[in-house]
Amino acid sequence: MDIFLLLEWTIKSVVIILIILGGFAYLTLYERRANARIQTRIGPNRAGPWGLLQPIADAIKLIFKEELIPEKSDKVLFILAPVITVVPAMILLAVIPMGPDILGFKIGLADGINVGVLYIMAVASIAVYGIVIAGWASNNKYALLGGLRATAQMVSYELSLALALVGPIMLANTMNIREIVVAQKGLWYIILQPLGFLIYFIAAVAEVNRAPFDMPEAEQELIAGYHVEYSGMKFALFFMAEYGKMIVICFIGATLFLGGYWGPFVDQVPLLGPIYLFVKVVILLFVLIWIRATFPRIRYDRLMAFGWKIMLPAALFNVVVTAAIVLLLEG
Amino acid sequence: MTLDLILFFGIAFIAVVSAISMLISRNAIYSALFLVLNFVAIASLYLLLNAAFIAMVQVTVYAGAIMVLFLFVIMLLGAERVETSPSLPWQLPVAILLGLVLVAEFAYVLFGKVAQAGGELTGVGEGFGSPASVGRMLFDQYLIPFEVTSILLLVAMVGAIVLTRDDRKGSR
Repeated sequence: MDIFLLLEWTIKSVVIILIILGGFAYLTLYERRANARIQTRIGPNRAGPWGLLQPIADAIKLIFKEELIPEKSDKVLFILAPVITVVPAMILLAVIPMGPDILGFKIGLADGINVGVLYIMAVASIAVYGIVIAGWASNNKYALLGGLRATAQMVSYELSLALALVGPIMLANTMNIREIVVAQKGLWYIILQPLGFLIYFIAAVAEVNRAPFDMPEAEQELIAGYHVEYSGMKFALFFMAEYGKMIVICFIGATLFLGGYWGPFVDQVPLLGPIYLFVKVVILLFVLIWIRATFPRIRYDRLMAFGWKIMLPAALFNVVVTAAIVLLLEG
Repeated sequence: MTLDLILFFGIAFIAVVSAISMLISRNAIYSALFLVLNFVAIASLYLLLNAAFIAMVQVTVYAGAIMVLFLFVIMLLGAERVETSPSLPWQLPVAILLGLVLVAEFAYVLFGKVAQAGGELTGVGEGFGSPASVGRMLFDQYLIPFEVTSILLLVAMVGAIVLTRDDRKGSR
């Protein structure tokens, strides 16, 4: 084992985790400011210039809050659940290529593995455990209901999500995410796969339990769902997981459908690649915030009916049509 | 090589401990979670053997889909406390018999087959078990078993829907 290789991987892993941590802190500010503008308010603007120190103030407040553990809860799982929730959000970025090779140096941790898309699906499919365990370990009926809702919702929308990812796989003829990005050099897949992108985005919003699909935490009915008993840093970890997953789904969407790091002049100046990717992610994040500010939460039975009766058939239709066209054009 | 060995023993230890914990745990939720840990450890072992595809499928299907539904059912029924069930007298001899058959098969494969192959097993070729080669096998050489399985799964799905459908008149 080459010691420099190990060092390189360690540094890249730390950078990826820092992207999620820093992204989480400033995404909360971004969301509060953008939401405020949409609702003709101003938003937090007192801590530092333009409110830029607000996330730090929030973090200090959360650290000093009292941590409560309910007496009747399952202590071990109660403490483990926030940790388990955060891990999938942090490890998903590993397969995303952040930019083209610069002087033979690859930007991205493991973006060349030949099961990249499957890795995304595998991690997304175990992301539900943290929420379910939190709901059960709290020993609170609202939390349990939130956990159960999360299970049903995430298992249902995972199917549409997986089928939406099949489109780019078929067009690029590989599961290697680096190669999928390279194949989009001339034409972004959102143009060839508009329905696929739409299904991906809706299913991804449901996967990360964002409004209008935030059923597991529905404040009005379940008071806060699975994290009702959590406070202080443990609550912050759930918060971090949700915002980390938002960042990750935007990275995946930008990579598989919006051409990843491609943009004008990337061929000449490869350093522009990561900047283009960042801009695309910020735009997608704005769409997520915009959706939250616009749509009311939909009813739970309608959510499930929508997932099984509209999303799944549409995703299957998309797969069949794409496969037929790819075969016809090849032969 | 040594790093691989250290990793192997670490993961194998986790797999064995989680499997035993799953069996002796009195709480069904804990059992299910230990089983998930076991699946993930086994998937890591597949990764060590360069079988990335099967590792990802293992995590997605077993840890991700099946065990989530197990947990869902346990929580929904509130069946996490396992009562000390009445002992099944026929269970022990059957278990011993099946265990012996398994050991015999192991021994045959391990000693008989390896001896036939001249002392050592050859490694698999490059690209074996990659998504593309697995797909080609499934849709080429094993097409009929694959289609039969798909029909079987479809029948099971339709059966589940028929069984749970509300048959009262005017329910729609």
